[in-house]
Amino acid sequence: MHLIQQILFLICAGVAIYIFSKSVVRIRRNINLGRDEDISDNKPQRWRNMVLLALGQKKMFKKPIPAFLHLAVYAGFIIINIEILEIFLDGILGKHRLFAPMLGMLYPFLIGFFEVLAVLVLVACLVFLIRRNVLHVRRLWMGELNGWPKTDANLILITEVILMTLFLTMNSCDLVLQSRNVEHYTVTNAFWITSHFTPIFSGLSSGTLVAIERSCWWLHILGVFAFLNYLPYSKHLHILLAFPNAYYGRLIPQGEMKNMPEIQNEVLYMMEPDKAPAADAAQEHKRFGAKDVQDLSWKNLLDAYSCTECGRCTASCPANMTGKLLSPRKIMMDTRDRMEAVGKNIDKNGTWQDDSKSLVHDYISVEELRACTSCQACVEACPVSINPLDIIMQLRRYLIMEESNAPQEWNLMSSNIENNMAPWKFSPDDRDAWVNA
Amino acid sequence: MSVAVRSMAEYAASGETPEVLFWVGCAGSFDQRAQRITRAFAQILNKVGVKFAILGKEEACTGDPARRSGNEFLFQMMAYNNIHTLNGYGVKKIVTACPHCFNILKNEYPALGGNYEVIHHTTFLQQLINEGRVRLKDGGAFKGKKITYHDSCYLGRGNNIYDAPREVLEAMDVELVEMKRCRTNGMCCGAGGAQMFKEEEKGTTRVNFERAEQALETGANIIAANCPFCTTMLTDGVKNKEQEDNVKVMDIAEMVAQSLAE
Repeated sequence: MHLIQQILFLICAGVAIYIFSKSVVRIRRNINLGRDEDISDNKPQRWRNMVLLALGQKKMFKKPIPAFLHLAVYAGFIIINIEILEIFLDGILGKHRLFAPMLGMLYPFLIGFFEVLAVLVLVACLVFLIRRNVLHVRRLWMGELNGWPKTDANLILITEVILMTLFLTMNSCDLVLQSRNVEHYTVTNAFWITSHFTPIFSGLSSGTLVAIERSCWWLHILGVFAFLNYLPYSKHLHILLAFPNAYYGRLIPQGEMKNMPEIQNEVLYMMEPDKAPAADAAQEHKRFGAKDVQDLSWKNLLDAYSCTECGRCTASCPANMTGKLLSPRKIMMDTRDRMEAVGKNIDKNGTWQDDSKSLVHDYISVEELRACTSCQACVEACPVSINPLDIIMQLRRYLIMEESNAPQEWNLMSSNIENNMAPWKFSPDDRDAWVNA
Repeated sequence: MSVAVRSMAEYAASGETPEVLFWVGCAGSFDQRAQRITRAFAQILNKVGVKFAILGKEEACTGDPARRSGNEFLFQMMAYNNIHTLNGYGVKKIVTACPHCFNILKNEYPALGGNYEVIHHTTFLQQLINEGRVRLKDGGAFKGKKITYHDSCYLGRGNNIYDAPREVLEAMDVELVEMKRCRTNGMCCGAGGAQMFKEEEKGTTRVNFERAEQALETGANIIAANCPFCTTMLTDGVKNKEQEDNVKVMDIAEMVAQSLAE
């Protein structure tokens, strides 16, 4: 019986890990659809940011209530994983509570601590479900989340509630079985939380309890395997990618826009033709700005995969606050959707086949892009260093420079800057007229 | 009333070097409201004896609205010419009363060969106060007045300057009341990203109306700003609520100019 369970467990674990590794390869390939960008500078500062922002959740604490609830789920997730290690080893080796004899008195203390966390996770997830579905917190109830994004969020929370319930039920049954000295159930000291639940189960026969305990054990670990493989299709992927994303987050001032050396050089060659390279040395034209995900940087695409759709960016966006179409969160969701569509296209055809769609127009409209004031509130708000503004600006560059797509007022502004050295139609000779005004 | 101002060309002709170049910017040069800020700042510099120059007719748009609308070509052309002018005069230090000019000169010109020490006028004023060069009246015009301060995006979030302007206000003994959204969480006035030069997209309200309402909620009599575009946007927002007789929008330089000790 034990041997069959061990073999079954190994098969399940193997399949779960295999599918997950395939997903990792696919995600990595999709991120690398983006243009190359060298982000290898200032490693100490980058590690510091990762520790502060991802591990330490520094920016989450701007909103204390969700921050504490999130901390409970996050700490629970990380620390309970130690317990998953024991469950995993038990599964492979056909043991039960492998660590109990090794850790002695410490063991019930550890499990008790995990149980406290499990209860906190359970409560936090329930509160999160209420915030989303009953209280309708605005940033969690906007139109752009209709359909899959809302379902995704609820699925994650419900799964965590179920997993924690299974874990606690398993321990409760275990304690009752221990007290009856049932074979295989190593006797430990009582666990902090589930020792209070034993009366619920003490009326059941030992056979039933073993069945419940084993079912919970299996459902819990199978649930964990399933959840692992759900991550790559979910916004919940942030639990993994928040870390590299915080590491690769930008270190230069938020106000600074990235330079375009190719255009800097064009202007230089125009002004100083002797510096221009020979015509045949001219490089292949790289699209100016970004029309599609392949024109963005890999960091923009990592951003899109790291986004958990919390909407802190959109809640702080002045355009969105005043009813404009622009939502920085939607920019990130659209980028991810487009990237995954491009990835599927490649999986299906072997190489990229034009589908006559692009990120601009088909996913993100010109009206959305135009509404941005470049105020960087979205960048500042993101707890995991996502930069929607960088994407918006690259798409704007494409619209103006490749499509000559600008509102009439901007065309006027540009021609004024070009001819009068100011965005308004004043004579450049009057630039110092304020002195005598 | 005219202000005594010398241009970089005049300094060069006389073989002298100014302490600092005052980059006036397009709004500060041409916009009537912003010209008052420019003159106020120039008067302060003159009063405390800071040797400064302007580029005058040789100054041109930094290219900020062009770049942020997406027109990188035009930005690069403007930057090329400005850097040519600035480097030609050997400019080392620039002060500007516009956070957009400040950001682009400080952060974006170096990649193109324009390396200067760039300082925003509120930081410059704070330094002059700390050094004792700017001396303020005891019981000046703003003492005890309820004043709220609007963080401009490109000074605040863009370059992490939140305290210098507040310290200048505190030096004038004002009663500083913060808006709900301030500092890193401050809300844009709606002008950045070249929005100043076009109509807003369809929405439920205008960004500047919303921000001005937040400022009015504090009950302040003066909204202190550090940017000519914010000043315009917030003034319009205050007018929209018909509060222009009760609430004034002022640049910090204008407030300092009115508070100088004799």
